[in-house]
Amino acid sequence: MKYTFKIFRFDPVQDGRPCFQDYPYESREKRTILEALMDIRNEQDATLSFRYSCREAVCGSCGMVINGRPELACRTMVDSLDSPFIILEPLPNMEIQKDLVVDMEPFWKALGDVHPYLIGEGKPPEKEHRIEDKEMVKIERFTNCILCACCYAACPVVTRDARYVGPIALAKLYRFVQDPRDARSFADWAKVNTETGIWGCDTIFACNEACPKDVQPGHGIEALRRKFVIERLKKMLRLRK
Amino acid sequence: MISHDILIVGGGLAGLSAALSSSSGLDVAVISRVHPLRSHSIAAQGGINAALANNPKGQDDTWEKHAFDTIKGSDYLADQDAAELMCQKAIPTIYELEHMGAPFSRLPGGLIAQRPFGGAGFPRTCYAADRTGHVLVHTLFEQSLRKNVKFYNEWLVAELAVENGTCRGVTIFDLATGEVFPVKARAVIFATGGYGRVYLRTTNAFINHGSGIGIAYRAGVPLKDMEFVQFHPTSLFPNNILMTEAARGEGGYLLNNLGKRFMADYAPSAMELAPRDIVARAIQTEISRGNGFANEYVLLDLTHLGAAKIIKRLPAIREICMRFVGIDPVVTPIPIQPAQHYSMGGIDVDILGASCLAGFFAAGECACVSVHGANRLGGNSLLDTIVFGKIAGEAASDFVKGLDREGRGERPLLDGTKKLKEKIGALQKKDSGIKTHHFLNRLKLIMSEKVGVFRTQKDLAEALDGIRQVREDLKDVYLSSPNLRFCQEAVNVLEFEYMLDLAEVITLGALNREETRGSHYRLDFPERDDKGWLKHTLVACQDGKPQISYKDVKLGKHKPQARLY
Repeated sequence: MKYTFKIFRFDPVQDGRPCFQDYPYESREKRTILEALMDIRNEQDATLSFRYSCREAVCGSCGMVINGRPELACRTMVDSLDSPFIILEPLPNMEIQKDLVVDMEPFWKALGDVHPYLIGEGKPPEKEHRIEDKEMVKIERFTNCILCACCYAACPVVTRDARYVGPIALAKLYRFVQDPRDARSFADWAKVNTETGIWGCDTIFACNEACPKDVQPGHGIEALRRKFVIERLKKMLRLRK
Repeated sequence: MISHDILIVGGGLAGLSAALSSSSGLDVAVISRVHPLRSHSIAAQGGINAALANNPKGQDDTWEKHAFDTIKGSDYLADQDAAELMCQKAIPTIYELEHMGAPFSRLPGGLIAQRPFGGAGFPRTCYAADRTGHVLVHTLFEQSLRKNVKFYNEWLVAELAVENGTCRGVTIFDLATGEVFPVKARAVIFATGGYGRVYLRTTNAFINHGSGIGIAYRAGVPLKDMEFVQFHPTSLFPNNILMTEAARGEGGYLLNNLGKRFMADYAPSAMELAPRDIVARAIQTEISRGNGFANEYVLLDLTHLGAAKIIKRLPAIREICMRFVGIDPVVTPIPIQPAQHYSMGGIDVDILGASCLAGFFAAGECACVSVHGANRLGGNSLLDTIVFGKIAGEAASDFVKGLDREGRGERPLLDGTKKLKEKIGALQKKDSGIKTHHFLNRLKLIMSEKVGVFRTQKDLAEALDGIRQVREDLKDVYLSSPNLRFCQEAVNVLEFEYMLDLAEVITLGALNREETRGSHYRLDFPERDDKGWLKHTLVACQDGKPQISYKDVKLGKHKPQARLY
């Protein structure tokens, strides 16, 4: 089957403006977009830049916009798009470093700002914490996240306000505050009680739609909001007493 | 010049583990060719071994039994002191990971769940569904954020700088800018992973070129036991994505085209849970006898496990099958074939991760301590990376603290940078030639066809000739891209000579070793020969040529015996 790949090209160091470049491509059955990109790079144009690593949708390197949707190039079959034209663009909401490669620093920084790590109690138990599987299942969805930034790229709030931490940072925060082993205080995590934190979300859930791993970060944001309100109420009731 | 006390190269599990264990009083940085979360460790699926004795069927398990299984699995080529150290440390290591937040699957009652794995006497593989590597990399990365570890991402280390038998730092090719510059260090730890992409069929990530091992070799550090290449029995046909051993640990069957569980003919008591070398050979044998499908694959059948168990325990496997080959393992058996998966061999280091080059350490798949000997057991590689990564971080810290404070020479770093710039310049100056990927494809074909699961003198000798021919032809290589920014072609050309080195060392070791041991199966020497070959292969680079020598295996209380399963 013959395809035309229309690929976004831009090198901010030497190009005045971006353009789309056409590459003809003859695909065998079950060829992925990533494999096609590698073929095009090897055979047609070695200056074409894109990120990749695992080729099995677990490392999160190859997020890009494929025919209008944020997706992982490695898990998208060329023939699944039902179109002779394959349009590839870099993920939005981040600066372009070159072609399909974007600068993910703002994404990592937003993530880092919510302290996305387990803060255990002073002295851990001698062996493992005893936790029922059903507790782990509650956070499993969020531990499946591969941090590919497809949700960040799809989020209209990030587009509007670069200070918004974005869907997965909040969902990851929820993963930790929901973890029975985490000892961070309410005061600590309630710092996201802002317009650039939990209240920034428009709840249109473009993130859930864009997520290639069914993490549904939007549900994490909603759960975090609920948890925040409940904790707040509890505090107020305690004060009343 | 950028300078650090300890430079860790590689942001996978071994590198992150080393970063977290390095002394907090020292200036430590991690250099990685990709963002650490893109490292190949994330692709590990099935689990990590430790004799926690949590599983009701594993209550008699001990670290000593884990060590015995590891040593027997290694076909007695593991150094027994190292294997014992790893298995003993496994238990506190798992608890530490759990305390860091690793979301392990649980047993009723809340203990960490453990599943059966190949070559193990008890169910001792701790897991998080079939995403164990993924969650462990994320956990260690999270903790390194907490500790403010310094990362330099998308920097490729292209060379080691060495002076008077001491490592002075590294030469960097910066992927984002295409620039070349040195980074000075008082100690360097390589945690650069394996070389799967030297083979055509591999479960490894596209980035696993193995250049780290080649860099150490070119810097004068010998490579150990490189002929021992693990072929994973079950990689998805046709793209060779890993189908975890946990699929068999959870009860999956291997079936040939007669519908028979053929492992009965090869390992009647362990069946599908024999060690990987044995299962991979069995599958390859069935396919060559015409008992496969399309002369390419056999089936991994999970259908009898039921949807609930598959969805709970093997969700990622199911997702991969559905997405990449369009089948649902709940109702359809999975087509699988063996593929290169892991390197038992690597940079020759001692039990502290130290090499013969002062200030140069290595850990994880790129290193060979050796704990895996001639065949690694499933679930022991994640363990190896975390245990020996940690040890290497501590050992490098001790090394740096023991140094006097005098300034270190920058001469080899400046020379290395100049040489690399000239090399890239020369490759770019050519207007025509042959692109690297053509050479790479030739190399991969040679390795997959002639240095695979079954080996012969004839094939190996032909492979060696072929590899040397590719090296000769490489004079025609050129860099077609005028732009070095995010230029994978430049990365490939810088790594390719190291890949040739690795292929040569693997093949030479395999040609010389006239016996069968673990993953190294010689059709012309089908027996293990403890008298002649119970020894480690060492290959050192002298004047650009491989020099082979041998070193005794550290035996212990386990005397080599026949390896029956």
